[in-house]
Amino acid sequence: MSTTEHPLVQTSEGAQEMAPRSSADAEEILRELGATLRMSEAEAADLVEEGPSEDQTMIINMGPQHPSTHGVLRLMLELEGESVLRTKPVIGYLHTGMEKTGENLTYLQGPTNVTRMDYASPLFTELAFSMTTERLLGIDEDIPERAQWIRMLLTEVNRITSHLLFLATNGMDIGAVSMMLYGWRDREEGLRVLESITGLRMNHNFIRPGGVAADLPDGWRDTVLRFLDALPESLEEYDVLLTGQPIYRERLQGVGIITPEEAIALGATGPILRSTGIPWDLRRDMPYLRYDEVDFDVVVGTYGDCFDRYAIRLNEVRESIRIVRQILEKMPKGDYRIQDKKVTPPPRARIDESMEALIHHFKIFTEGFKVPEGEAYCAVESPRGELGCYIVSDGSSKPYRMHVRGPSFVNLQTLPHMMRGGLIADAVAVISSVDPIMGEVDR
Amino acid sequence: MADDAAHEDGAPAEETEAVADAPAAPETMHGALVTERRGQKVLHVAREDLPTLVRTLRDEDGFLMCLDVTAVDYLMHQGDRGLPEGVTPERFEVVVHLMSHARRERLRIRVQIPESDPTCPTLFQVHPGTEAMEREVYDMFGIAFDGHPDLTRILMPEDWEGHPLRKDYAVGTIPVQFKAPQDAR
Repeated sequence: MSTTEHPLVQTSEGAQEMAPRSSADAEEILRELGATLRMSEAEAADLVEEGPSEDQTMIINMGPQHPSTHGVLRLMLELEGESVLRTKPVIGYLHTGMEKTGENLTYLQGPTNVTRMDYASPLFTELAFSMTTERLLGIDEDIPERAQWIRMLLTEVNRITSHLLFLATNGMDIGAVSMMLYGWRDREEGLRVLESITGLRMNHNFIRPGGVAADLPDGWRDTVLRFLDALPESLEEYDVLLTGQPIYRERLQGVGIITPEEAIALGATGPILRSTGIPWDLRRDMPYLRYDEVDFDVVVGTYGDCFDRYAIRLNEVRESIRIVRQILEKMPKGDYRIQDKKVTPPPRARIDESMEALIHHFKIFTEGFKVPEGEAYCAVESPRGELGCYIVSDGSSKPYRMHVRGPSFVNLQTLPHMMRGGLIADAVAVISSVDPIMGEVDR
Repeated sequence: MADDAAHEDGAPAEETEAVADAPAAPETMHGALVTERRGQKVLHVAREDLPTLVRTLRDEDGFLMCLDVTAVDYLMHQGDRGLPEGVTPERFEVVVHLMSHARRERLRIRVQIPESDPTCPTLFQVHPGTEAMEREVYDMFGIAFDGHPDLTRILMPEDWEGHPLRKDYAVGTIPVQFKAPQDAR
């Protein structure tokens, strides 16, 4: 059954993809009520008999140009008075065919492409892509220690900036506009750290198959420490400004509740899954890089509401600070990329004196390196959840198929379940708490 | 990596049993052929058995979450596809990733889909979270999922022709949609 069989709802913008309630059949109503997820068969059978309600409902479009949809997300909301019944996220406005583009770029060019997917935490997509490529090359065990720890340092700083961005926009959506300025201010400090190491504020293209692009610059330790030392004070400020503030709590507590069963059935990961009380964090449960050598806590919620998701992210910033401090202590010496002639271009100095090195350099950057046939899936814990990369190689120097499992894309499906029965005013809080990044949703 | 560690825990006992029984017989799991690629466990199953297999894995083996549904178009693939004997290679392949939180393990299922009849049973009834992912596969590859509640395009415009991630869909240029101002100042 598809909605195209029904007459579509007419709005001022023309026909919309949601069928009128009177033509929604029993099965669809059941789905909307969550029958596949949380209803017993007896309850469901009762509802089938009732049939669709004849109440007057209204369908409105929220977005794609709405300030709190975090980009170009359009939500079709069916309203009964002020409460939300059905919600349908309509996406694709930012679709640029990055998976197709990825098939036409070499493995070395790949990170340039994927880094533009999740623009709030670009280093994680680079990391997932690089780890999958390394798995295919069979060099994932040989990546130098220092490279792994640099990757951890960068992604943890990136996690902090990404969560700060969430805190800023969450505050703004709820009406705490000063939080937006504070969050943005502190995120900028984090981006400065990343800039001093990678050269760019965003879209770094720094984590590459084989290691990272360059070694840490002189004085990196002081830069990172300055950032870390200033943060706890800001976090205390947020606690005063938001966590303890009655209006803010009132807007978030008990709003947009999702149960653990729903979260698992819908494939939700990251803070959404953890807010329901399931302690699942890939960094701890399926450690990659060197996360098994650092000590940190997985923050979980209890109620699965918007406030839990806010509190989890706020406290994950604290955990990330803890991790970065340990990384500062444990950062080993050594190489920042693998010295495998197949994958690594020769050092710059060698190019001046050796013709072969020049040819080698040229070959790697024009043709790229060949990756053996096979397929692999590797995933990392991005600030939004499980960020996976699936690559199929046909033995050439370009991925035959490159797919990124964006956590925002999957998490977006929880919106209709969180919104149902809530007020339209709470819709903004719910969208914000899912923290979707549209670049990753649409890819 | 973590997947390997999880394998090592349970592996020794099973291996010795298998060797004692029949060393040549291919390993199966709920009737599906098992292979390993780059240390990651892969199941191969016929498309009509996919929902049953995923349901069994969910109910009996604790693979509670469906992480990902995607597809690959093998039209131009020349090399070894890593399929075990007994599986006929077809043009399309639907790839499903499952996760077991208790066993800390991921599982990949590869399903061959022929070009002449690009359909596949939906997993929506087993894992409702596959709704958007199946729509994406439909949009990008033109593989229809039987029983999917709302099989429409998700990323591309509704009136789009063709399925962009198919290998015979050219990466071309698109006509520029804006023009220079009529009267240049």
